[in-house]
Amino acid sequence: MQFMLLFSRQGKLRLQKWYVPLSDKEKKKITRELVQTVLARKPKMCSFLEWRDLKVVYKRYASLYFCCAIENQDNELITLEIIHRYVELLDKYFGSVCELDIIFNFEKAYFILDEFLLGGEAQDTSKKNVLKAIEQADLLQEIQSEDWGGLPNEEIL
Amino acid sequence: MPAVSKGDGMRGLAVFISDIRNCKSKEAEIKRINKELANIRSKFKGDKALDGYSKKKYVCKLLFIFLLGHDIDFGHMEAVNLLSSNKYTEKQIGYLFISVLVNSNSDLISLINNAIKNDLSSRNPTFMNLALHCIANVGSREMAEAFAAEVPCILVAGDTMDSVKQSAALCLLRLNRTSPDLVAMGEWTTRVVHLLNDQHLGVVTAATSLITTLAQKSPEDFKTSVSLAVARLSRIVSSASTDLQDYTYYFVAAPWLSVKLLRLLQCYPPPEDGAIRGRLTECLETILNKAQEPPKSKKVQHSNAKNAVLFEAISLIIHHDSEPTLLVRACNQLGQFLQHRETNLRYLALESMCTLASSEFSHEAVKTHIETVINALKSERDVSVRQRAVDLLYAMCDRSNAKQIVAEMLSYLETADYSIREEIVLKVAILAEKYAVDYTWYVDTILNLIRFAGDYVSDEVWYRVIQIVINRDEVQGYAAKTVFEALQAPACHENLVKVGGYILGEFGNLIAGDSRSSPLIQFDLLHSKFHLCSVPTRALLLSAYIKFINLFPEVKGTIQEVLRSDSQLRNADVELQQRAVEYLRLSCIASTDILATVLEEMPPFPERESSILAKLKRKKGPGNLHPDLDENRKERSVNGGTADHSSTTSNAKVAASPTPSTDLLGLGSTITTQNSAPRASKGASLLVDVFSGNIAAFPVETPVSVGPVADENFSSFLPNTPQVAYANATLPTAEEPEDKFVCKNNGVLYENQLLQIGLKSEFRQNLGRMYVFFGNKTSTQFMNFAASVVCQDTLQAQLNVHAKPADPTVDGGAQLQQILNIECVSDFVDAPVLNIQFRYGGTLQNIAVKLPITLNKFFQPTEMTSQDFFQRWKQLGAPQQEVQTIFKARHSMDTEVTKAKIMGFGAALLDGVDPNPSNFVGAGVIHTKTTQVGCLLRLEPNTQAQMYRLTLRTSRDTVSQRLCDLLSEQF
Repeated sequence: MQFMLLFSRQGKLRLQKWYVPLSDKEKKKITRELVQTVLARKPKMCSFLEWRDLKVVYKRYASLYFCCAIENQDNELITLEIIHRYVELLDKYFGSVCELDIIFNFEKAYFILDEFLLGGEAQDTSKKNVLKAIEQADLLQEIQSEDWGGLPNEEIL
Repeated sequence: MPAVSKGDGMRGLAVFISDIRNCKSKEAEIKRINKELANIRSKFKGDKALDGYSKKKYVCKLLFIFLLGHDIDFGHMEAVNLLSSNKYTEKQIGYLFISVLVNSNSDLISLINNAIKNDLSSRNPTFMNLALHCIANVGSREMAEAFAAEVPCILVAGDTMDSVKQSAALCLLRLNRTSPDLVAMGEWTTRVVHLLNDQHLGVVTAATSLITTLAQKSPEDFKTSVSLAVARLSRIVSSASTDLQDYTYYFVAAPWLSVKLLRLLQCYPPPEDGAIRGRLTECLETILNKAQEPPKSKKVQHSNAKNAVLFEAISLIIHHDSEPTLLVRACNQLGQFLQHRETNLRYLALESMCTLASSEFSHEAVKTHIETVINALKSERDVSVRQRAVDLLYAMCDRSNAKQIVAEMLSYLETADYSIREEIVLKVAILAEKYAVDYTWYVDTILNLIRFAGDYVSDEVWYRVIQIVINRDEVQGYAAKTVFEALQAPACHENLVKVGGYILGEFGNLIAGDSRSSPLIQFDLLHSKFHLCSVPTRALLLSAYIKFINLFPEVKGTIQEVLRSDSQLRNADVELQQRAVEYLRLSCIASTDILATVLEEMPPFPERESSILAKLKRKKGPGNLHPDLDENRKERSVNGGTADHSSTTSNAKVAASPTPSTDLLGLGSTITTQNSAPRASKGASLLVDVFSGNIAAFPVETPVSVGPVADENFSSFLPNTPQVAYANATLPTAEEPEDKFVCKNNGVLYENQLLQIGLKSEFRQNLGRMYVFFGNKTSTQFMNFAASVVCQDTLQAQLNVHAKPADPTVDGGAQLQQILNIECVSDFVDAPVLNIQFRYGGTLQNIAVKLPITLNKFFQPTEMTSQDFFQRWKQLGAPQQEVQTIFKARHSMDTEVTKAKIMGFGAALLDGVDPNPSNFVGAGVIHTKTTQVGCLLRLEPNTQAQMYRLTLRTSRDTVSQRLCDLLSEQF
């Protein structure tokens, strides 16, 4: 996989993950083009399209589009299920995930993705294993957050 | 599940995100962001040291701002500081920031690498994973340099935790993709292969991806993975769906791993070991069988996962291309999917069938689905699915169904999406040509293309139809009649006017007998379109008019009237004006005979691969590009590129040409030669342009001589302008291979990516022997290798070439020698063609090259005194015995080089014969089996004008002409 983008129906980018080295300018251009292309497609159309010399696999969940660019010899259907598995992971973690969860906890969305996909390839496809890794991290976080319990309200700016 | 502990999160961050979301306008958002950036900057710069939490919060805000699409130019140092925090969440945010925002040339890279190093050696799996994720996410060269040696050690160390192994495997994969040179194979490679046997399926999943990537780079090192992968796959495929616990996905056992294993196996040919091969075939059969079983769940995830494995298995079957039963079963399975209610499956079935169509085992099976595919073209609602249907029709097309497929594509073209029209046009043009038995059908098809989608018919397509009509006598009358009829339409596409103008100009006489298409009617019809056309087309029409003057003397007056009008003679466009002036003048002063010679019918084009094909391949994007096409591109740019630059170059040319041509007119020799000189190079460039896709097929030793012209395709393409109207014979192209061999006998004749052909030859009297060396440039053996020599048409009787049979195989890197025995029976013009055929990696290669056997090879030099020379010169004084040409120098006018060329040409160079010492004089005898022809030649250079005058006198007019043509190309 070359990259994964999450964006809303309004075309707002919610998450971007690049597995190939590209300049920021190129990334922005690709994002703009692809978001436009995908949003222009009608609901019943097929989930795959040829785009430049890549294949794009996308699927819409509620208000969010999940969109992956894969190489020519990569498997489209399994990519579709990678998207689904990622959505399941988010759902399990946030509990009925919605777009707002991803906006406000964007860093978590990135962490979960890293546990599941690395270098553009599935790292571990077991839901349990991935969630276990995230839970462990949260556990560390909670232990530490007790130290901050007494912080004053200064963080609201 | 532990819901997100929102309380522990960063409230400041949440508030900031809410603020941004509440912004009513872009301006408000930017204002809020700037305020925040100012705040963070002051915090970072402040005297008070920030605690880890604050740092984390601000870094996270910066990250959020960056992800909104704004530039961030500070905070990197604070993020790096977070890396060395011993608090997990701080470290985590630090790594996230670095992964997203750090570019490889950052000054901080050594600090970052240092932090990563610490975490890798911390033996804390969570920290190690963070560090490995960061390397995998950034994947820069600096990181590869720092960690390419360490990551493999972590991967294969006995005490590494499973989760770390997984991260290490994919981290290494990423490093290998970005800097393959830095990932050195070592003793770890065998241990990596054995990870395929690991108990932890997550480790196997990650390792399989890594092994696949490495195996693509060095297949030998990972050969042992084949048997392990087959074993693993077999266990998965035959397992009950519950065996694999959490790795079962919607009742499908480990679909990701199965797909990856099948991908890995596609790096290798079918296993040689019978047992392993049998086991793999069993797996593939099981997968195909499962596709027929009723679904275990109605969920789309179930069928997707199951079919993902199925499609990958089919890819492997196609890759092996060795089991006819499996191929046909795969084809039948895909056939079912063609009518599936899921659009995704229909799309994939069409796509996959495309590759299946190219296998000889399944081509016929694919063809049985033609009706379904045609139906898909008509009824699919999604353009990307229709596109796949077009591709598949193209792939399954052969002689048996070409008419049907072309007809369907044509009718689809009328309603096709604009985005894919050009590609369909190219495909139709290629199929129509490739499978045309009857060229009237071909002509009709191309005219229909212009009619339905004229705007999408590129120049290559209409060039090609003209080349074919010119080369096939039998279709010329039909073509003339058809374009005449098509032009009757009140509104016709400009491309049709181009084709019509060209074809009527050449072959209008074939239909002029019919009073409904008399010369005058033809002319009026063409001229009625004139004013609606662009300049290039008008230029082409003017050339058609002058051709008409030759074909139909009765319309001469009418046409001269048109040429004489102010709108032509004083046209603001310099090209049009020049054509009008020159053509008018030509028609006034030239006799009928001269006109007939100058405006003779176009000689046939050399047969070469269609440039349309190359264009289609180019359109398909760099990913799918055949390697040798890249070379073509390079050649194109060498030759001055495309029509885009043409206007400037052509203007420069036109501006430059009047001087030499007026000078020449003063000399008063024949018109043909006068005009041919200044534009000969233009004539050369036209072929380059027309066949631009294929220049690489001809070794261009001196691309400069082709000129920077790559001229505007219209005027130079039209060889019926007088400058190119050589009496007949070969078109003057500098890069015809025989040209560079005219004065020498050894060298490289041809070269492409696969093959190099070298020549060594010797000639004595009317006999010759040629050693042809075929060098295999690849490491793969050429199979079914065959080379034969063909003398076409009249050449058959003039030249005997006998090729001794050669080996049918050429090993990789080896050279094969073939001997040709040659006998010259009588003087000749054409060159024999060497046809080479061989199989390389499954595809049949066909190459045809002209052999540089030219008449002058049978020259024997004759020394003679000045007195003898002039006596014979006078004896050969009859007008048809002398041929003279004046031409522009294409190389620097160096005396020694010229001498060497004349001697290389075969004549004796006679010193002290010509009173003018700067002239060259030569003599010799051409030996043929039937006769001997004495030849005298004289070459007069004019260094000031950079011109030459060449005179040949021989006892046979055809020999004079041929030798003159050959030699004049050399200077």
